[in-house]
Amino acid sequence: MIGGGATAAGMGHIVTMDDTPAQFALSSYSQSLWSQLAPELPSNVEYAQCGTIWVATDEEEMCEVHRKLDYYLSRGSSAEVLDSEALAAAEPNLRRPLAGGLLVRSDAVLYPPCAAAYLLQEALRHNTKTIFDTAVSAANGRVQLKSGGTIHADIIINATGALSPALSPGLQVKKRKGHLIITDRYPGYVRHQLVELGYLKSAHSVATDSVAFNVQPRATGQILIGSSRQYGAEDSGVDQGILAAMIARAALYMPSLPSLSALRVWTGFRAATPDKLPLIGPTEDRTMFLATGHEGLGITTSLATARLLADHLLNRPSAIPLAPYLPTRFSRPAIEMAHA
Amino acid sequence: MPEKIRVLVNSKPMLVEHGSTVAVALALAGVPCRISVTGQPRGPLCGMGICYECRATINGVEHRRTCQIACCADMDIRTQ
Repeated sequence: MIGGGATAAGMGHIVTMDDTPAQFALSSYSQSLWSQLAPELPSNVEYAQCGTIWVATDEEEMCEVHRKLDYYLSRGSSAEVLDSEALAAAEPNLRRPLAGGLLVRSDAVLYPPCAAAYLLQEALRHNTKTIFDTAVSAANGRVQLKSGGTIHADIIINATGALSPALSPGLQVKKRKGHLIITDRYPGYVRHQLVELGYLKSAHSVATDSVAFNVQPRATGQILIGSSRQYGAEDSGVDQGILAAMIARAALYMPSLPSLSALRVWTGFRAATPDKLPLIGPTEDRTMFLATGHEGLGITTSLATARLLADHLLNRPSAIPLAPYLPTRFSRPAIEMAHA
Repeated sequence: MPEKIRVLVNSKPMLVEHGSTVAVALALAGVPCRISVTGQPRGPLCGMGICYECRATINGVEHRRTCQIACCADMDIRTQ
């Protein structure tokens, strides 16, 4: 099903990330594509440019706010610093006092399954043919289907997220499990996507399970509460310990949040690569291309991924360089890497 | 024990029998418990705390299941 995996499980936060220059380039380019597309999106996509506030708890994190601000400004993006009072005014349900935050107004939220459905519908309008089946293998211009058929194609794109290694053996993509909670409707309780500044630390810790405060207002007034990251957790079941840790983390920032009524809890699997950048572009098999490994940024960077791939296939110039995302970065012999 | 209890439904005082649930008070007041996302009126469906259709705000706490809560004196009941 298109949009039925991580797309349906994720939050749908369109966010510019500054953890590496390549991540910033891809996410800010893609965010601008979403912003251009926004007027065309049907209302069920619930696109809302609510902005992100990166929340700082102490002076050390405020230093990070200023570092982030300089980073955005120096690259032509805008952001503004909120002091303690401005943060409290912007988000009255946050604990007081907090040190402040960084408001990125251009960030947005949307409902990913409906966005995927809209993009599919647009593709169909342009004479795309869809075959709903399960691919059991894909290589050398042939896709074997579970139902028995074979599709022959000059270009095959593996865009199957956390499942992509099944079709491209040896691919450096690992499942990274996440949990989300959705509450009942509390309109106005949260106004921006709120993310703790420690989020990057948690998102980048590769060894241990981690949780971080990350909440999102939905158009209905519901609130999505995240987030968790786990490697090696293959079971899609809800882990009560992780859930408790997420709620405890959220309560540190929003003390009244645990009193809200939760409707559902679910899990999903991000497609994580060793260097946190996606795999976009050609492989050693001339017919096989990749669009996977976006971890938690797949919704944000989907449009730019498609554009970069299309530019590559059509031999057009692209808005940003494809090089940092090329899958070949992992296929060089290890010995060369060691001596590099 | 007084026979009737005074509660406020959307700020309007009304009297209900002792032991009445909040859902009963709302039914007597003739107002739906809440309005759904798509603008439809909602009220008790299962009457036993499972369906969550009968939610309303009680004493400032949103999304309480009105079929499961007995009316108390001067309870502040607000439809959502």
